[in-house]
Amino acid sequence: MQLGRVIGNVVLTLKNDTLDGVTLLLVQPLSSSREPVGRVIVAADSVGAGVGEHVFFVRGKEASFPFYPVEVPADAGIVGIVDQWHIG
Amino acid sequence: MRICHLPSAICHDEQQIILLARVTGTLVATQKHRKLEGAKLLFVQPLTLEDTPRGPELLAVDGVGAGVHEKVLIVLEGRSASDAIGQKMAPVDAAIVGIVDRVDLS
Repeated sequence: MQLGRVIGNVVLTLKNDTLDGVTLLLVQPLSSSREPVGRVIVAADSVGAGVGEHVFFVRGKEASFPFYPVEVPADAGIVGIVDQWHIG
Repeated sequence: MRICHLPSAICHDEQQIILLARVTGTLVATQKHRKLEGAKLLFVQPLTLEDTPRGPELLAVDGVGAGVHEKVLIVLEGRSASDAIGQKMAPVDAAIVGIVDRVDLS
C-alpha cells in the first residue's frame, strides 16, 4: 500500500457498467514526510474518502477486491482513511 | 543480487516479490475496509543486501508483530499478503511475514 492525499474527484457519465456507483478520486501519492511521490493517479474509493483527506491505497488487482463479487476494472483503490502516522 | 527464489518468470530482479525491509514508522487509520479491521499498518523501506534503501517506502500490513527499526521480510503480492493477516480477498498488496534475525551472505 501507499500513502496519498485526495486532491479531486472524477465524474463519468458514460462508463463501464461495473463502475456504476463507484467513486473515482484523484490521489497524489505521498512519502511519509508528506512529499509528493510520482504522478497523480485515479483510484476507486471503497471507504468514503473526501478531497483533502490523507488515505492509503492498494495497487494492482487487489484494488477491485472491495467490490467483490463485482469485478471493477480498477488498478488502484483507496482502502483506508489515515488519522495520523508517526515515523521513527 | 537475487533474493527471491521463485521462478524468474514470476519473480525477476526488477520486480521481486519477497524483500528485506526496515520498519520506519506506524500509521493509524480508524476508517478502513472491513477486511483490514484489526490489522496493524507499518511504513517499511525496502533494503538491498547491504542495508541501503532500495526504491520507495511502502505501507505493509503486519502479520508477525514487528516494531519500528526492526529488519523484516515483506511480501509484495496480494494473495500472500492477505493470507498473512488471515483474511481471504483482503485488499492488501504488501505484508510483513517475518522478523529477520540475521542474513548470512557467503
